[in-house]
Amino acid sequence: MSKINFLKPDKSNLYTFLYLGSFLFFISVLDVLFNSFFNINLTGFLPNFLSFLLPLILGFIGLYFIRIELSGIKQLDLLNKHINTNNFNAVLSLLIIFIILKSIPPTLSWFFVDASFAGDSKDVCTGSGACWTYIKVWMRRFMYGMYPNGEQWRINLSFIALALLGSVGYFATDRFKKYLTLYYVVIYPFIAFLFIFFFISGGPVFFDFSYGIIAAILSIIIGFFIPGKFRFYYFLIVPLALYVLLKYFIFYEELIELGKLDGLNWVETGAWGGLSLTFIISFFCLIFCFPIGMAFALGRRSGFPLIRYISIGFIEFWRGVPLITVLFMSAVMFPMFLPADFFIDKLVRCIIAISLFEAAYVAEVIRGGLQALPRGQYEAAKSLGMGYWRMHIFVILPQALKLVIPGIANTFLALVKDTPLIFVVGLLEIVGMLNLAKTNPEWLGFAMEGYVFAAIIFWIICYAMSKYSYNLEEKYKTDR
Amino acid sequence: MNFKLKDIGPQLITVLAVVLVFGFFTYNAQVNMENRGIDFGYGFLSQESSFDVQFSLIEYDGSHSYFRAYLVGLLNTILVSVIGIILATILGVIVGIARLSPNYLINKFAAFYVEFFRNIPLLLQIFFWYFAALRALPLPQDAEPMFGISFLTIKGLFVPAFIWQNFNVFFYSIVAAIIAIIVIRIHAKKKQETLGKQTPVLFISIGLLLILPLLSFLIGGVRLSFEIPVLKQLATTSFIYEGGVSLPPELIALALSLSLYTATFIAECVRAGIQGVGKGQKEAAASIGLTPNQVLKLVIMPQALRIIIPPTTNQYLNLTKNSSLAAAIAYPDLVLVFAGTALMQTGKAIEIVSITMFTYLSLSISISILMNWYNKKIAIQEK
Repeated sequence: MSKINFLKPDKSNLYTFLYLGSFLFFISVLDVLFNSFFNINLTGFLPNFLSFLLPLILGFIGLYFIRIELSGIKQLDLLNKHINTNNFNAVLSLLIIFIILKSIPPTLSWFFVDASFAGDSKDVCTGSGACWTYIKVWMRRFMYGMYPNGEQWRINLSFIALALLGSVGYFATDRFKKYLTLYYVVIYPFIAFLFIFFFISGGPVFFDFSYGIIAAILSIIIGFFIPGKFRFYYFLIVPLALYVLLKYFIFYEELIELGKLDGLNWVETGAWGGLSLTFIISFFCLIFCFPIGMAFALGRRSGFPLIRYISIGFIEFWRGVPLITVLFMSAVMFPMFLPADFFIDKLVRCIIAISLFEAAYVAEVIRGGLQALPRGQYEAAKSLGMGYWRMHIFVILPQALKLVIPGIANTFLALVKDTPLIFVVGLLEIVGMLNLAKTNPEWLGFAMEGYVFAAIIFWIICYAMSKYSYNLEEKYKTDR
Repeated sequence: MNFKLKDIGPQLITVLAVVLVFGFFTYNAQVNMENRGIDFGYGFLSQESSFDVQFSLIEYDGSHSYFRAYLVGLLNTILVSVIGIILATILGVIVGIARLSPNYLINKFAAFYVEFFRNIPLLLQIFFWYFAALRALPLPQDAEPMFGISFLTIKGLFVPAFIWQNFNVFFYSIVAAIIAIIVIRIHAKKKQETLGKQTPVLFISIGLLLILPLLSFLIGGVRLSFEIPVLKQLATTSFIYEGGVSLPPELIALALSLSLYTATFIAECVRAGIQGVGKGQKEAAASIGLTPNQVLKLVIMPQALRIIIPPTTNQYLNLTKNSSLAAAIAYPDLVLVFAGTALMQTGKAIEIVSITMFTYLSLSISISILMNWYNKKIAIQEK
């Protein structure tokens, strides 16, 4: 055995250093472990300051001893490479290990051990942990807002039906694949609209606005069967004509009666709320903001100067203002801009405001994709004799959208995270409901549980969305 | 002729549509205001506001004008944005670098932080800090002093105030130091380009920044003393600290959540920027004999910054716009003071909302113009 120099661990005394170092490291971890789990201070006999730092010092010396390059032991080399490359890294690794060890017991006890689950009143919440009874009691309010308890099956049924209809794409055979875009862009939103219009609301929700939506969607569907030659004139005239027809010749009440199912009461939008409202708003804004954003992205790259300036103005305006002022505008300023007898529900105003706002962001993202395409793609498409629309729909946009999947996913994530802001106009989705429940005199003092609960829900939704976008990106990745 | 029509047609239709929509809105607004007896105008800005604001940087009370209230709100917005930007940058850079660390634990810890805070709505985080976390702080009378001089209580953070004598001399000394540093930098750059010699600019600048203000203390008669907050009894159970500077809990909650949230995005920008610099650049720089420090300073950072700065500025803008969420916890920012209280009192919806939007708009457009200019300046000149 050669001479041991403790300041320079080397390979010749590998096992001495290995045992010594592991032992010291083990002791330091054990000390923290006992301290945090069993509240026993092993080094209590030392002065306070030293007792606090001792695990760090011991662990540091231990890691220093086992930092031997090319030791020949695979595990040790991996360990050194990953957490123990130099002194600084060793200290940071130790600190992180200790922080994790220290934070496990209080977290566990707050979430589970000391928490109360049973019962349905505040009295059971006497422990120091979380009061999940509060969440349990208020669950319906957090999910459905003020929607009447007896009617909530309507929301559940609609959501399940829409989820099933939405998953059609996974089961479609190759023969129907080419219709999927049409289905998802036009038909599916229309079905969703009908569900919410007649089923969840069961009464007049969208008012005058609904004529516009119905007219637009009907005319788009019919438009697919119109020969290309007449399509321009068709889109110039038919939507407007349909709108006028709907507004003045088919009476609203008749339309409602037509679609109204027996025994469904009207639930006005002020009573909607909770997580289901988050979903409804996100869904519609997501559907509306995408085509609007695409139009303005194309407009911004258009060769016509006037269209370009209008698009730039639109995009920069919405990107420059905070969403909360946009919602303020939709709440207090927008009614001033409409005829006195023209009424738009505040939920619809919210959806319009958020859609326009997010459309500007979508437009910028899509523009990035359009700019990233090489000029050759445009030139090749033109040389095949394609016109502007044909070129964009079949050549440019499919490639550009593929490039910007992460950006679009980020924008949609931002949209979902922005929905709580609708508290400005008095609509209460889940965060708003939490704030309402928090001020209930019978349930004071459980703010923490509520926020943790909502945070977990939002985290799951957003994390799932970002992972899904990552999958999409991988799926559509093409080498060029 | 036909060709021209094809060119003009779509533009004409678009412009016509825009004009029609705006005309429709304006017409309706006029009719509506006439019906309700509201007159349009910005004259109310000079009227007496007669409402009070809890926290303001400039002197303000009910007898001041609405314009003064607007300024109070704007300054509060800028204050919380600046605090948030500074904290978010520090945290974001640290986390971004930690994300690239070879250390598995640090790497995962940073990734956890980013994934956690990025996927929770900002409003929820603000509520959490304000209504749940900060409410757990002690009452003023039970608060333990931090470092003996500042107190973190449920009523806010109380820190000592600086009391300056001859502050202007101190201020001029700092200005002089900054001008001197700029001159030295220009000179050093010229020297390097002509003679190829490097000047230790960093050390000289740090030295100047320390020595000149120090001289102002020694020679210029500048004096600095502290006013430490003291506990004062208002009623039998109500205490407050007096003296010093008090930061309201709203400001703390807002700045904390804004910076924690934005830092995750800045961290991703920093990570993307450093990863975006090719490995070959580093190796090439090392192979021509630059020291690791020089590689970082002269090769990696200039290229990484080119990628990092534009998206980071975007995040700063986002933070500034997000600071308008202050209205949810009653921090008196521009939206709460002006678009909230002032609007409620005057009923001038169009004027006030348009002023508020225009303020944010001009803020972000001026920054994006600056950004475009900077982007053009640092862009790689390709042939």
